[in-house]
Amino acid sequence: MSEVIVITSGKGGVGKTTTTANVGTGLAKLDQKVVLIDTDIGLRNLDVVMGLENRIVYNLVDVVEGNCRIKQALIKDKRYPNLYLLPSAQTRDKTAVNPEQMIKLIDELREEFDYILLDCPAGIEQGFKNAIAAADRALIVTTPEVSAIRDADRIIGLLEANEIKSTDLIVNRIRMDMVESGNMMSMDDVVEILAIDLMGAVPDDESVVISTNQGEPCVGDSSLAGQAYMNICRRVMGEEVPFLDLKIKSGFFGKLKKLFK
Amino acid sequence: MAFMDFFRKKNSGEIAKDRLKLLLISDRANCSPEIMEAIKNDIIKVITKYMEIDSEGLDIQITQTESEGGNGTVPVLCANIPVRDMKTRS
Repeated sequence: MSEVIVITSGKGGVGKTTTTANVGTGLAKLDQKVVLIDTDIGLRNLDVVMGLENRIVYNLVDVVEGNCRIKQALIKDKRYPNLYLLPSAQTRDKTAVNPEQMIKLIDELREEFDYILLDCPAGIEQGFKNAIAAADRALIVTTPEVSAIRDADRIIGLLEANEIKSTDLIVNRIRMDMVESGNMMSMDDVVEILAIDLMGAVPDDESVVISTNQGEPCVGDSSLAGQAYMNICRRVMGEEVPFLDLKIKSGFFGKLKKLFK
Repeated sequence: MAFMDFFRKKNSGEIAKDRLKLLLISDRANCSPEIMEAIKNDIIKVITKYMEIDSEGLDIQITQTESEGGNGTVPVLCANIPVRDMKTRS
């Protein structure tokens, strides 16, 4: 049984690619056979976040156009033997692929893999339509900002219209100190507004930036974000995992300082 | 919670949430200000047949309410129409 999950957000820059890399790597750590597909044709990025940019020979468009076999285009991850990446093309544009071709390609991959994760481009045009065409379920990434949540709401509507029944929410870059002082919407606020199930919340953590710099997803490490991503992976697989306490522990002086803010 | 918060009015998180709620209602209803204006004018036309109203003070907007079926919130069209005088039927 394989599952095709599209990771989407509407708005750009909220962390779709980072989420795809971390959830994909986390699922591989949990002994699942996973392939990540970068569907952002013309602006490929997932390869860099995964640290596999030097290994690309063929890409998604080559496969669709029949220039190579799927096996030739799949890049095996350097750390996990059951994790693969199908990179996007950098020198083409989104019109190079259509939804029917995506469905055909993914149907072939279904036989081989447990999880197929699609990194969706920003926007609601052709690239988005390609990415959602073959998806069984969706993970919506948003940040606690008005603009990102508005776009997420639009995306949820479009996914419903395209009969993707299972959509879950990931609230990214949350800062608990700001939530506590009332200057940021909380996970509960976002869930209440969008009215879909919460798959997890990821704190705004330095370790995400550091791991992206190094091309190694932080999922599963000791950082708060790493733990949050790992919990998301377990929930994706259907396990019930309690939500993390994302508060950063502050000592006596930290509390004293807060009091006078 | 810092005690300085006590003196502040509304914090920005709440402001964001309130703005977002209103924004999504009009996004979801797909209702432009022009359409709202047209609805408002038609309502005035109908009501003035029967009673004298203060068309300046009339206010209509789409908000949300708990649905009676118990399946979450549904949009409602809310109209506030101040009545000046009931026209007596001749």
